[in-house]
Amino acid sequence: MADDNSKAPTDSADAFDAKSGGDGAADKSAVEDTAADESTEEQGPWTKQSIDIPEGPIKETVEYETYPASRFTHDDLGLSDDDLMPMLRNMLLQRRFEERCRQMYQRQNISGFLHLYIGQEAVSTGSVYGIRLGEDSVITAYRDHGIGLAMGMDPKACMAELFGKKSGCSSGKGGSMHFFDSEKRMFGGHAIVGAHLPVGAGIAFAHKYRDEDNVCLCFFGDGAMAQGAYREALNLAGIYDLPIVFICENNQYAMGTAVDRVQAEPDLFKHGRSFGMPCSLASGMDVFSVNGAVKDHVEMAREGQPSMLEIRTYRYQGHSISDPAKYRKEGELDARKSEDAIVRLQQYIIDQDIATDSEIETLDDEIKQEVLDAIEFANNSDFPDDDAIYDHVYAQEDYPFIN
Amino acid sequence: MATLQLREAIRAAMTEEMERDEDVFLMGEEVAEYDGAYKVSQGMLDQFGPDRVIDTPIAELGFSGLGIGAAMSGLRPIIEFMTFNFSFVAFDQVVNNAPNMRYMSGGQFGCPIVFRGPNGAAGQLGATHSNSTEALYSNFPGLKVIAPSNPDDAKGLLKSAIRDDDPIVFLESEQMYGMKGEVSDEEDYLLPIGKARIAREGEDVTIVAHSKSYHVAMKAAEELEKEGYDAEVIDPRTIKPLDIETIIRSVMKTNRLVVIDESSPFASVASEVTHQVQERAFDHLDAPVLRVTPPDTPAPYAPNLMDRYMPSVEETVRASKRVLYATT
Repeated sequence: MADDNSKAPTDSADAFDAKSGGDGAADKSAVEDTAADESTEEQGPWTKQSIDIPEGPIKETVEYETYPASRFTHDDLGLSDDDLMPMLRNMLLQRRFEERCRQMYQRQNISGFLHLYIGQEAVSTGSVYGIRLGEDSVITAYRDHGIGLAMGMDPKACMAELFGKKSGCSSGKGGSMHFFDSEKRMFGGHAIVGAHLPVGAGIAFAHKYRDEDNVCLCFFGDGAMAQGAYREALNLAGIYDLPIVFICENNQYAMGTAVDRVQAEPDLFKHGRSFGMPCSLASGMDVFSVNGAVKDHVEMAREGQPSMLEIRTYRYQGHSISDPAKYRKEGELDARKSEDAIVRLQQYIIDQDIATDSEIETLDDEIKQEVLDAIEFANNSDFPDDDAIYDHVYAQEDYPFIN
Repeated sequence: MATLQLREAIRAAMTEEMERDEDVFLMGEEVAEYDGAYKVSQGMLDQFGPDRVIDTPIAELGFSGLGIGAAMSGLRPIIEFMTFNFSFVAFDQVVNNAPNMRYMSGGQFGCPIVFRGPNGAAGQLGATHSNSTEALYSNFPGLKVIAPSNPDDAKGLLKSAIRDDDPIVFLESEQMYGMKGEVSDEEDYLLPIGKARIAREGEDVTIVAHSKSYHVAMKAAEELEKEGYDAEVIDPRTIKPLDIETIIRSVMKTNRLVVIDESSPFASVASEVTHQVQERAFDHLDAPVLRVTPPDTPAPYAPNLMDRYMPSVEETVRASKRVLYATT
């Protein structure tokens, strides 16, 4: 594809000058291949590559770190008792928010695509509790409500965004797939599968360029793993030693296509190995497993070691609101729901005598009310002014539009 | 005034901006160790080191996206495409990510990035290496598109582009890299984005042409002069935003317009200029607006076909005489 233009431009430059009488002669020497000029005795930019082929087969044993459900206690992860109710609150907020989203969509308060995160809340919450919120960066794909809320984005602004209101987190310009919050360093939800992975690498690049001790978490789905952008992003992160954790939220389906139907190697965490990166596998049905895995990977990233983490999880809803998810096997959804991460954490909290059933219920009621308040706020907010269509296209306000 | 090649003017712009602002860096294929595929970045690795002059793999999608993420984080990347023909591999990043970030985020994230490199046909390179992308990239709101025709404009406009807070597609021409011209000695020489240059004043016909085509237009104007016609030549310099006011003023004076454009004729820069002129200055036109463009075909290899393909001085003279209703 991108070839070496060592010869053609020299000829073509002459052709151009002859034809159109350009102001000056093209510089032929500039496009000559410099390789021939270099003496082999001199020190060049030689690399370690060689053409040696070993006699026998190359045998390798590979170990991958795993973070299965129910392995960790909160003590193991350095979490205090006081962290647990906020963590539960964080997960419950996502669940209750999205349950109402569904309802609001049916009432036509919300339009466009709506990809719900229900079932995956342990991934967002476990991850956010593994970073320095506001300093580290996060970027994700179109199933972004959960991660935004987990990062502490205001549910009011989030709901208003879904309603297309001026008070929305992206001023009503983004919608469901484009939650942004620059203060929290939430670099947005992105809607072209795989396209934000190189962007995530760029965010990590900026951390490194500025000599900051911060990292980027780049979330994507199993579907993005088949995109070329995935390979390019990991390769770039590997060669530039970028402080990034690539986190595949494997919820088992790319839209309606099961991961093992479209991945030659369906153990997705193994893909990172071809870039020389540490890879591991965690359960997305246990917030502690996610938290442990993310903390370990973030630590590597802070030392300039990019890595790949697959978190296996499950979305309870279809790909989007219009998807009845008929591609699932019978009983599959119920089986996954029996591992629900919120129920698991609630049980853990009760077992550890950190809170009672009724305290959890009170918390849940509070959150439900908070979501209702967000809906009221969204309802009462104005749509953007018609002239706002011209805002934020360019940085300067007097951009000469043709209108 | 110093005499510089186009490549030297571009290098000077990048060097000055990198000296001025540590957030500016250059990234692309062969920009560092190889010293630039067309030697535009020659010597820059030595001056700025490998953290700021960065070789990439042949992975346009990846490094364009990386630049976008860095720009969203407040850095000011210059991404070099070895040629803009390869930018199509990164198309999604250039048209779908870079220009939409500010809008989709309600103004929270900008994307101050410059994508630059040679654009358009460069002789007999065949169809996949001869694309002119100015019309294409101008079609995406949020992008700005600049295509200078001489070293002085290139320096002043590139410096402005690097400082601009929006994503910019900066189109050069490999056939022009060796072209010499006077470049301003002014310290911190900046040219405004969106301001056309009246390169030659005339009364009889307006010829609008950018980048390489500008030189075709100037040559055609000389030919026309020999036949007693006085052509005005306008180089828009920036395709988007387009300084349509300057073009309209000229058309109101000459009442006749020819547009030269290397991009494929259907929905081209020439189409857009033509449309806007008929919309705003219809009553001032004494003849239909004519375009001089390549035919609507891929670019060929054979030299005679390539000559036929590229907009030429002869075609421009012929078109000008047609709008002048002059006998040919």
